[in-house]
Amino acid sequence: MLKKSEIKIGDSHKETLVEDLKRTQIVQYAGSSGDYNPLHTDEVFTTKIAGYPSVFAHGMLTMGMTGKMITNYVGDGTLKKYGVRFTSQVWPGDTLESEAKIVDIREENGENLVDLEIVTTNQDGVAVITGSATAKIDS
Amino acid sequence: MAIDKFLIEASHIMMFARSIGDPNPIYYDEDYANSTDCEGIIAPPTFAQSSAQFDPNYFLRPKIGGEGWFGSGKEATGMKPSKSEGSGGGGGSAAAGLHAEQHFEYHLPLKAGDVLRATTKPGKSWEKESKRAGKLKFSESVTEYRNQDGELVITATGVGVQTERPVDS
Repeated sequence: MLKKSEIKIGDSHKETLVEDLKRTQIVQYAGSSGDYNPLHTDEVFTTKIAGYPSVFAHGMLTMGMTGKMITNYVGDGTLKKYGVRFTSQVWPGDTLESEAKIVDIREENGENLVDLEIVTTNQDGVAVITGSATAKIDS
Repeated sequence: MAIDKFLIEASHIMMFARSIGDPNPIYYDEDYANSTDCEGIIAPPTFAQSSAQFDPNYFLRPKIGGEGWFGSGKEATGMKPSKSEGSGGGGGSAAAGLHAEQHFEYHLPLKAGDVLRATTKPGKSWEKESKRAGKLKFSESVTEYRNQDGELVITATGVGVQTERPVDS
């Protein structure tokens, strides 16, 4: 858990989430989440019927990977809120970096909290997820 | 729609954590997890999405035998996904569309051994024009997950979008 005395607004934490995203990892996520939408695993359907250049990752896979960066930073079981907007698709072969930046440190109902701004970008610097999170911190 | 029993199981948490590339032992090592403030194995922040596994009629899972499935076999079937009973899975993937936003509020830690019940209600809906995909129709769904004691554990809000045409990348 982050300590109030050791952080300040503007602090940030950055991680590489995945390098050269494998199609098989997308299949793994389909299996664990139960979202078997063929857009993510079925190249024939996705290119011939749906009209996309290839299968692409579940938004929730990117949100899950981004969640790893956040919990590595704020600690396990401390999240109060986590929300994202999916701003661009993630394709097999993508390399993703994710960053959390502290935008506020505050108290609410007797709890010490930190507000984070979140962005995950691909190898071209395009944001694939933007969002925010709130976590409990130690006084 | 509702999911009556969403079993939070350690092996499912382990597989889910692997699939998002998270090696944190809090998700699979019981001895380690017991020694932490969490006092046991917990689920990753986005785990509630996998409640789709416990929705008996989830429209993005092929029926046993594959009948009516819109994904390809030897060739593409040309079928459209049926979105009639689109449950939104774990809090709102888009029915036959794309996932635009997802928000979670955590009220209590989600622990291995919990048994959740999920109820989903539609939220707001709105439209927007976009250069990349034509007319966009957004719709929100809000899922409340309660544990075996009836306590609210997670509120999940999903926003789905149906596009006029495939999104230009």
